[in-house]
Amino acid sequence: MTRPRLATVWLSGCSGCHMSLLNLHGDLLGVLEQCDLVYSPLADIKEYPHGVDIVLVEGAVANEDNREMAGIIRRRSACVVSLGDCAVNGNVSALRNPSGLAATLGRVYGEAPPGHDVAQLLPRAVPLHQVIGVDAFLPGCPPAPERIRRLLTCLLQGQPAGLPPEMISFG
Amino acid sequence: MPRLTLTINNRSVSARRGESILSAARRSGSDIPTLCNLGGLIPAGACRVCLVEVAGYPRPVPACATRAEQGMVVTTDTERLTAARRMIVELLLAERNHSCAVCVMNQHCQLQDLAARLGIDHVRFAFISPLAGVDISHERFGIDHNRCILCRRCVRVCDEIEGAHTWDVDGRGAASRIICDLAQPWGTSATCTGCGKCVQACPTGALFEKDAPTKKATIDMERLSEWRRSRK
Repeated sequence: MTRPRLATVWLSGCSGCHMSLLNLHGDLLGVLEQCDLVYSPLADIKEYPHGVDIVLVEGAVANEDNREMAGIIRRRSACVVSLGDCAVNGNVSALRNPSGLAATLGRVYGEAPPGHDVAQLLPRAVPLHQVIGVDAFLPGCPPAPERIRRLLTCLLQGQPAGLPPEMISFG
Repeated sequence: MPRLTLTINNRSVSARRGESILSAARRSGSDIPTLCNLGGLIPAGACRVCLVEVAGYPRPVPACATRAEQGMVVTTDTERLTAARRMIVELLLAERNHSCAVCVMNQHCQLQDLAARLGIDHVRFAFISPLAGVDISHERFGIDHNRCILCRRCVRVCDEIEGAHTWDVDGRGAASRIICDLAQPWGTSATCTGCGKCVQACPTGALFEKDAPTKKATIDMERLSEWRRSRK
């Protein structure tokens, strides 16, 4: 039997969810023994591969690059997981939404917002599931390492991610 | 005191005349989730989280604001009710800006706890993201409308227990706002006594104490309300 192919992606978030994944410490080795890590900001792999079984996506969809990446993730992955509050409901990345795009850029850059050499912001930062279909959700800011371990253990064994109420709280 | 008998979740329950379904159900061990309900305050039926099914009624009714009646057959945990409660809380989360991670009440919030209890791991609706505003003109307290769920506990506690009626509601539906006196900054209120009961009663981080960790629900509203009634 081939081992499941795991990927992790960092969209518009602070990388705290990936830090939380690393905070599994020794348990991380146990998780990685059960799968192959085929794409991650923690690994030097340039292109998102085909045939990914499970992908953990951190961060909201806040710019054009995020939106394009979300489409690639969905086409090439079997099980997409929203990892953390930004991917699940926008959270800190979406704090700009009430003010609007122009006011946000003005506040940050003054009269000279960046041109086309950087990713263009979308009008609103939105949760991942408003852009592509998402199969499982893991809230938390960041989700505690134990939550990530429980979820990955379930998914790697091909079971649905049934977490108890105390493990799905926001914040 | 006249008593009556009703059935809640297939169990025969005795209740006082005039008692709510919620109160009778809790005494019999049926745990109905609530949000706008607070012991000692007159029920408002504002949040609809405590909806229950009553045999013969065409639609669910709020348990906090419906009186128990003789022979009533009540169910508190059907699939339809679970789905309705879940949708109600998801809509509350989508209506304002509830960012738990940057809230003073993170880990101590009744809305956050209830969402987890109902199994809400994401919100299916698009967030409205209104620019709701914050009023920190009061010397000791602040109100952040982004976190308000319009449960009106602050309005009721200020009116019914403190007797000041500083707070009220302006507008209708999702455009409603909690207002201070004649929709003026809290710091300019002539009626606010600065007692802090509204901060104590607020289930979320909408009302908070400045420059101090906001500790909520440390005042027993039920006993305060008894004390107030005894002085009338």
